[in-house]
Amino acid sequence: MRKPLTLRILSALDTKSWLALGVFLALALLVVPVLHLNFPEDSAFHVSTYAITLIGKIMCYALVAVAMDLIWGYGGILSLGHGLFFALGGYAFGMYLMRQIGRDGSYGADLPDFMVFLDWKELPWFWLGSDSFGWASFLVLAVPAVVAFVFGYFAFRSRIKGVYFSIITQALTYAAMLLFFRNETGFGGNNGFTDFKRVLGYSITSPETRLVLFGLTAVMLAATLVFAAWLVKSKFGRVLTAIRDAESRVMFIGYNPLWYKLTIWVISAVLCGIAGALYVPQVGIINPSEMSPGNSIEIAIWVAVGGRGTLIGPIIGAFVVNLAKSWFTVSFPEYWLFFLGLLFIVVTLMLPQGLVGLWKKLMAKKEGAAA
Amino acid sequence: MILETTLDDRPEGSDGADQMGHFVTGELDLSHGVALYLEDITVSFDGFKALNNLNLAIDAGELRCIIGPNGAGKTTMMDVITGKTRPDSGKAYFGQTIDLTRLTEPEIAHVGIGRKFQKPTIFEQHTVFENLELAMKTDKRVWKSLMAWLAGDERDKIAETLRLIRLDKEADRPAGLLSHGQKQWLEIGMLLMQEPKLLLLDEPVAGMTDDETMRTAELFVSLAGKHSLVVVEHDMAFVEKLGGLVTVLHEGSVLAEGDLATVQNDQRVIEVYLGR
Amino acid sequence: MKKTLIALLLCAATLPAQAALDPAPVRQLAAEDSSAKVAAIRQLTQTADPDAVRVLKAMAEDSLFLAGDKVVIIDGEQAFDATSGEAIKMPANPESPTVNNRIRGELASALAALKLFDADVGVRLASAQKLQSQVTPEMAPLLARALEKESDAQIKALLTLAHAQANLANTDPAARLEAVKALAETSSPTIKSVLLPLTEKAGEPDDKVRYEAIAAVKAIDSRLAIAENVGRAFSGLSLGSILLLGALGLAITYGVMGIINMAHGELLMVGAYATYGMQSLFRAFAPDYIDWYLPAAIPVAFFAAALVGVVMERTVIRWLYGRTLETLLATWGLSLVLIQSARVLFGAQNVEVSNPSWMSGGIEVMPNLILPWNRIIIVGFAMFVLFLVWVLMNKTRLGMFVRAVTQNRAMAGCVGVPTARIDTMAFALGAGIAGLGGVALSQISNVGPDMGQGYIVDSFMVVVVGGVGQLAGAVWAALGLGIFSKLLEGWAGAVIAKISILVCIIIFIQKRPQGIFALKGRFVE
Repeated sequence: MRKPLTLRILSALDTKSWLALGVFLALALLVVPVLHLNFPEDSAFHVSTYAITLIGKIMCYALVAVAMDLIWGYGGILSLGHGLFFALGGYAFGMYLMRQIGRDGSYGADLPDFMVFLDWKELPWFWLGSDSFGWASFLVLAVPAVVAFVFGYFAFRSRIKGVYFSIITQALTYAAMLLFFRNETGFGGNNGFTDFKRVLGYSITSPETRLVLFGLTAVMLAATLVFAAWLVKSKFGRVLTAIRDAESRVMFIGYNPLWYKLTIWVISAVLCGIAGALYVPQVGIINPSEMSPGNSIEIAIWVAVGGRGTLIGPIIGAFVVNLAKSWFTVSFPEYWLFFLGLLFIVVTLMLPQGLVGLWKKLMAKKEGAAA
Repeated sequence: MILETTLDDRPEGSDGADQMGHFVTGELDLSHGVALYLEDITVSFDGFKALNNLNLAIDAGELRCIIGPNGAGKTTMMDVITGKTRPDSGKAYFGQTIDLTRLTEPEIAHVGIGRKFQKPTIFEQHTVFENLELAMKTDKRVWKSLMAWLAGDERDKIAETLRLIRLDKEADRPAGLLSHGQKQWLEIGMLLMQEPKLLLLDEPVAGMTDDETMRTAELFVSLAGKHSLVVVEHDMAFVEKLGGLVTVLHEGSVLAEGDLATVQNDQRVIEVYLGR
Repeated sequence: MKKTLIALLLCAATLPAQAALDPAPVRQLAAEDSSAKVAAIRQLTQTADPDAVRVLKAMAEDSLFLAGDKVVIIDGEQAFDATSGEAIKMPANPESPTVNNRIRGELASALAALKLFDADVGVRLASAQKLQSQVTPEMAPLLARALEKESDAQIKALLTLAHAQANLANTDPAARLEAVKALAETSSPTIKSVLLPLTEKAGEPDDKVRYEAIAAVKAIDSRLAIAENVGRAFSGLSLGSILLLGALGLAITYGVMGIINMAHGELLMVGAYATYGMQSLFRAFAPDYIDWYLPAAIPVAFFAAALVGVVMERTVIRWLYGRTLETLLATWGLSLVLIQSARVLFGAQNVEVSNPSWMSGGIEVMPNLILPWNRIIIVGFAMFVLFLVWVLMNKTRLGMFVRAVTQNRAMAGCVGVPTARIDTMAFALGAGIAGLGGVALSQISNVGPDMGQGYIVDSFMVVVVGGVGQLAGAVWAALGLGIFSKLLEGWAGAVIAKISILVCIIIFIQKRPQGIFALKGRFVE
């Protein structure tokens, strides 16, 4: 160690970025709670529950977008199956939330409602320990990691890349979706998990719980950003982009791309899992449609809109697209798909570097004009 | 022309294959003076024999030129040595003990074979400095890369190579902005950073000016002795400048071997090059 | 008693037709007791007399009455004596005997049985077919007689089976054995269920017959299983044909341009909606020729999809060459736009496309295996399209250019192949073939805005398994995947089948990353 790790992490971001991050956290952890709790609903300063849920949800999506950017923007590997890892994290934590309902379900039984409905007498083995928060949190990390590792190991080992890899990941999430749609799979079939009551004993709908979850998501997003910045600035990040640009050269200078790809792939999957676990208690539902191929491919468009290969880009993209979505689906529901479809086309055709790239270009022009 | 081998005394602090946990390779053993040994290598693509019972031995510290018309199997031979293509039959040994047909590309790179492609392949998005840094001989496993931090001596080494390939002024520019000749030099520089025992150079001077070509020849000659070099080249002036043995490949096997003058006067070689 | 009666009846039947019926059973038709009525109906049936047909028909049509002691048939203003058929004067106050559902059922099967003696071959055949499922032991003599008289081979075969079924209740073990042996040759589930009681001691006292019955059930079972699997394999073949039509286009565009078109499934949808459009046009303007809408839809669907394809290629895909991953996203965007357009134009609900009349029905290969015409035609259609594509790719200048661009775009461009135009044409061709797939798909599944989505993953899998730009690979992969998934579906259910296929493909890719028909050589990166 020639330089302590903490110092290296500190140098991952420049001063301005650290400041911005600080402002963001202050907003999320102090300003929003104060505005939400201390101002009456009709006040202009009141931040509504709807807004908190929406922003919380989008921050989860932003986390997924950063994870996607690590693998696609920096690794050059386009996954069309990241919704799977998000959903796996969500389901893992959802199991815990289902158990927290206890006997308050509509059947008043020890088992979750859907199991009573299926006439099951006891919990399946994979639900074992699901009433423990610790175990559930472990599963949130472990399940996406294991699935990603096994799939990634075989895919990268046989050197599947490019569109082939994308298509296979799409098939993977599609297969998982079909599996989770089945009642017999043991995850609530079509309806998935919903009607949560508590988390760690606290009511899940109380303003305080919401704010804690909101704050936790903000902290997680900030931490991920710092971690990702450190990652891409490390030599590992440089090897990764080198693999993206000229994989055979990387092999011939002695790096084994398999392990590099696998590492970033698993990291990306785990980040998605965490995002899913934060998403479920805030939104209150998880079902197999989260694994639909369409959802996964939408993640890619968040990244593309913001600008891939930058870290702030995916976050901007996730916010822009999802705010647009929640506005459209209320105001012009029938035009949302047109908008989304055109967004895919326009961004790939005209904004290959996304909004961040556009901004940089505009700035460069301005400077050019000034000089 | 067996040169006094200085290769088997391994440089201090070198991390050999044994330190790379997952690499199962023997130590490089050049005790018999042979660096690379190919025996009866055959490679066929859908019935077409790209290599046909190829036999080749490169001595430690030797500088060997390979010439031959298009489709003679020069690039396929390099693919076999570096593990990109598996031969259908035959043996490929590096030194006495390392069986190249059992290793993957990164493992082969790690035991000490470096390769320069026909078309310069460098990391265009990275700076020249970073290109060299990535190529530098070091532990190339994931965890080490995550924790890597350049030490002073490593920076010195990169700086030295930058001067050698005359790119010290370009160190912080993206490599994609270099001229074609500069890219060729950068790739050679990356090869040097790897500190390989054997360098495979596929048309290293294509696209270079005459001046650059001559400088490259001088560089290669100075490398011989410490390293073994295999150079595939069409430029006969360059081959002449390099000196050393010349091997002529034709239709996947060795047609002739000897110094340039001998080879050029060989009747079969003339036939092959001029057509029948 | 019964036997003598039957003997009597048989004698009666040999008498000239105008001879009167036996009055006793005719009178009994109007008895109070239902069981007596049934017995009478059966008795009359045994005569196989046209007069009996007349009486039973009248009873079934509620025009049989009891007037005093006489059974009469009243047809409008006229009355006839039921026994003799002679016209009589209208009785004073005729009473209608009660005909309940049990009697009606009995009458229906009796009338059907009597049709076995009709002069018309078609009527006899229909009757014999209908009888198969409602044979009762009492019919044995009747069937024996019908069998004797019958000259048509097909009807004879059916009657033999029916006779054997009726004979299973024969008191003579030898006759039963004979019957079981005859039935062992069949492969129908109903006959299996008829034989099943005979495999148990309670149902069949005679050992020999019982063993024979057990063997017969086994034989039928294995034939049934074969038929079932053949049926599945066939529906797999037709699924594979549709996958093939989807994948051919994908394989061509992937081979030529190296891009995967995520909107390819929507081109199928365009073809299917074009078919729907043609159906509506025919319904509105040429209802008499409605059966011809489908042939008319083929070129329309081809050109509609090809046109959409050309627009896609010219406006979007052309500008993304070399950026394959981004092309995935852009074409996905195109697919969203196309889906939403279909919703706006045709509504979010599925629209109804019906088979032309010549496509309904099927070929009965075995009693429980009917190959529907629509699927047979789809398989044939796919083979025909495949043949055309093969000719186009291998025998025409355009095909040569397409193959040249597939192998080496730069070189093809250098020797004067207009690569940009070839791209457009190849894309149009691929899109058009997808449109044809849509025509086929409209005949066996729902037509709706989302229909393309269901097939796109499967089509990709075909391309992945078959290998890049390989027509032969696409063919084998499509048919193989289609049949394999239908067979698996039969054993494990649709969802598990789908999942295991995807898992198999992922494992398969491990072994053959470039598909079944891999390109090899130094150009492969």
